[in-house]
Amino acid sequence: MKKLILFIAFALATVSLLNGQGYNVGDYATDFRLKNVDGNYVSMSDYPDAKGFIVVFTCNHCPYSVAYEDRKIEIHNKYREKGFPMIAINPNDPEAEPRDSYELMQVRASEKQFTFPYLLDDGQAVHPVYGATRTPHVYLLKREGSKYVVAYIGAIDDNYRDASAVEEHYLTDAIDALLEGRKPDPNFTRAIGCTIKYVEK
Amino acid sequence: MKRVLLIFSFLVFFTAGFSQLKTYNFDQLQPRLSTGSDSVYVVNFWATWCVPCVKELPEFEKINEVYSDKKVKVLLVSLDNPDHLESRVMPFIENHGLKSEIVLLDDPQSNRWIPMVDESWSGSIPATVIFTKESRSFHEKIFTYEELDAIVKSKLN
Repeated sequence: MKKLILFIAFALATVSLLNGQGYNVGDYATDFRLKNVDGNYVSMSDYPDAKGFIVVFTCNHCPYSVAYEDRKIEIHNKYREKGFPMIAINPNDPEAEPRDSYELMQVRASEKQFTFPYLLDDGQAVHPVYGATRTPHVYLLKREGSKYVVAYIGAIDDNYRDASAVEEHYLTDAIDALLEGRKPDPNFTRAIGCTIKYVEK
Repeated sequence: MKRVLLIFSFLVFFTAGFSQLKTYNFDQLQPRLSTGSDSVYVVNFWATWCVPCVKELPEFEKINEVYSDKKVKVLLVSLDNPDHLESRVMPFIENHGLKSEIVLLDDPQSNRWIPMVDESWSGSIPATVIFTKESRSFHEKIFTYEELDAIVKSKLN
């Protein structure tokens, strides 16, 4: 069974790499099982009561990711109670970016006291399926039965540099829309971010 | 004497000011992203903190140097935090001896301007636009010199 899942994940990853795309809004997102900084493995299926998830691809080294750390904690603390917990995933290969190693993820999570899980995309099999290309890169998922529908893709808000100067709270507006039974608008935004790091072959 | 000092300090202030990088918002940068002239423009989006960008900067510098007598123009657009202009960007340019033209893009509304650079850009850097008045290509990738050179050559002809 494990082999089959691996094979499917691999097949999906390959297809998505060939397309160079990943998910669009409206697609069903795959669950994952990745190691958290506390040593436990985390899947979306571990949260039977969640209405959805904020899956954010992020890392230690990228200044944009760092600039959003406090906002991520704040958003998670507010929205997990409303049924939308955050799951952060580091998509970088620690061999290509040593500052994003599992051990340094543990250090950063403890320094900043992350209240959300911070997982390593070990083997880099998950983020290509989602289509993440940069950090931070957010996928807001809405649960429909046992499936997770992609409801919003993009940035957290429109000003990485200054939280107090934000005019558009894209992510939290999108979650509020879902909580009120509306479709997020916009459901796709872009922001500058750090490329995801791979070992050169 | 006081007046001389005042004039002198003004002069120092202004010269220092002029040796700074130009800082643009996107509307100010946009005219630099297309051309009616015969030149080939290579515009690279980078930042001092972006490791792969820093790694490929020498390739852009080399294009700038090798094609200095041809109609090729390299523009390096830094996406560094404007607060780090003095402390990081200027020293970086000096330490690396960068010769290409450099401007700093200070515009947080990236969701608005990223698709105006190119519809296919997801927002990761490095990213590069290479254009003439006839053709345009966008690359969200890390270049080798050979790849860059091949595109510039093909557009020069």
